[in-house]
Amino acid sequence: MVAISKQVKSAKRLHKLTINPLLALQKLVKQSIVLLLFFVVWEIAPRIGLVDPAFFPAFSEVASAWWNMLLSNELFSHFSASITRSIAGFGLAIAIAIPLGLVIGWYPIARDLLNPILELFRNTAALALLPVFILLLGIGETSKIAIVFFACTWPILLNTIAAVRNVDPLLIKSARSMNISSFSLFYKVILPASIPTMFTGIRMAGTGAILVLIAAEMVGAKEGLGYFITYSQYNFMIPEMYAGILTISILGLIINYGLLALEKRLSRWKQDPTV
Amino acid sequence: MGEKIKVDRVTKTFVVRDSDQKGARKEFTAISNMEFSVKEGEFLTIVGPSGCGKSTLLDLLGGLSTPTKGRILLDGQEIKGPGLDRGTVFQQYALFPWKTARGNIEFGLEAKGIPKREWRAQSDHYLELVGLKSFADRYPHELSGGMKQRVAIARSLAFNPDVLLMDEPFAALDAQTRETLQSELLRIWEKTKKTIIFITHGIDEAVYLGQRVVILSANPGRIKKIVEIPLKHRLADADIRSNPEFVKARHQVWSLLHEDEYAGLYI
Ligand SMILES: Nc1ncnc2c1ncn2[C@@H]1O[C@H](COP(=O)(O)OP(=O)(O)O)[C@@H](O)[C@H]1O
Ligand SMILES: [Mg+2]
Repeated sequence: MVAISKQVKSAKRLHKLTINPLLALQKLVKQSIVLLLFFVVWEIAPRIGLVDPAFFPAFSEVASAWWNMLLSNELFSHFSASITRSIAGFGLAIAIAIPLGLVIGWYPIARDLLNPILELFRNTAALALLPVFILLLGIGETSKIAIVFFACTWPILLNTIAAVRNVDPLLIKSARSMNISSFSLFYKVILPASIPTMFTGIRMAGTGAILVLIAAEMVGAKEGLGYFITYSQYNFMIPEMYAGILTISILGLIINYGLLALEKRLSRWKQDPTV
Repeated sequence: MGEKIKVDRVTKTFVVRDSDQKGARKEFTAISNMEFSVKEGEFLTIVGPSGCGKSTLLDLLGGLSTPTKGRILLDGQEIKGPGLDRGTVFQQYALFPWKTARGNIEFGLEAKGIPKREWRAQSDHYLELVGLKSFADRYPHELSGGMKQRVAIARSLAFNPDVLLMDEPFAALDAQTRETLQSELLRIWEKTKKTIIFITHGIDEAVYLGQRVVILSANPGRIKKIVEIPLKHRLADADIRSNPEFVKARHQVWSLLHEDEYAGLYI
């Protein structure tokens, strides 16, 4: 029996090995073709004079500026300043907004009491509060982490509340019929059932975190990708400026893919809507 | 056979919005003065039109709500809340989508406080009983409707309740799957000797499964009649639905359910 199942397993693995590289290649081509085209256009347009190369340098120039900055470690220090701030603010928001949202969602009274104030805060653009944060917390790290935290909190909090409220009542009924304690109900039913909706909020927060952080760094900072972009613009280091912008895109991609991978891990049980 | 469950003059009312008066509330009687009992090991089916209070009655039996008047006794003790002496199977499966078939079954075992090392053997046993052993690691969305309902049945049986409460469990399935599951349920019942209360709106299903059929009428929900079904060896006869006894019983239940319509029709 065991031998047979081993054989089946190794046959399956073999199958995977022979099929997958081709499929993977096909997928890679499909996913990167438009992207490659974009870079090609970027390369050609300034060269043939379609756009002014002084303001819009060719891709190869931007890439070489990027490479030089990478070698001189200049890029890394800005990148790490930005990613540290965004992860600190974002992580803080997750650590506080999720438990809070679970509790608020669970108790109708908390929900009714807090809903108006939550709506007010949610609709206050985080960037509008930037001057307030700088006044109160100065232009150091604290104000930047605080504004990222502020911007991330609302989508996470509101989606967590919605997630708890929208748990299928039949699942609750079914669990209750098995006479489980309120704590178990919360921990074993409400929490796992809420994860998909919670993640919608977390991903929204991830996008918001970068947006707000870059803006904050542009206004008042001595370090970070946002600061670097405005700095290079003022000093007319145009290829460097584009390199900074590209780096922000990379930062965004890293955060987004990290969250997607985590989400996939936590909701493996969900039907893949693309299948 | 002893008396397992006694429904003792139970009435259940809900407070609902009054459609005649804006903002006003009124009482709505979902179940009125119901009285019947269920014997130990009996298979009782309850049939009635939509909205006659079947699910309300099952919630009361499950201890998920309490009667407005009257009481329900289980082994002579008044039902005060949910308990693992009763297992419920719902129409929409109510499986936890983040747990596999096995995980769903083990949820009940955990609720009962069975030590973890025994879960595997027990879930295997019940997966086998419902014919899903090779699907143990599938998530609900990877199972067909019939399979999901089998998992739900296995989950309810696994913590070994005395009474199985079933609320139209096969209503969402196609005819063929439904018939298969009906005979499997009979087989499980004969094997496990559980007391089963099975709610349905299908006359065939009620007659095929029930030793007795409780017929309900609506507005308010009350018992119209309880009919004995004298069929023996349901599983031995492959085409029992053509058996004259079955046809006769079916017609009797049908007439009782449709009496009111006819009374209206011919006046
Ligand atoms: N929680 C509730 N509040 C108000 N009315 C309810 C509630 N639950 C059920 N009802 C009403 O009670 C009646 C019986 O419902 P139900 O037991 O679900 O019927 P059935 O299962 O037989 O179709 C229906 O008219 C329904 O609208
Ligand atoms: Mg119902």
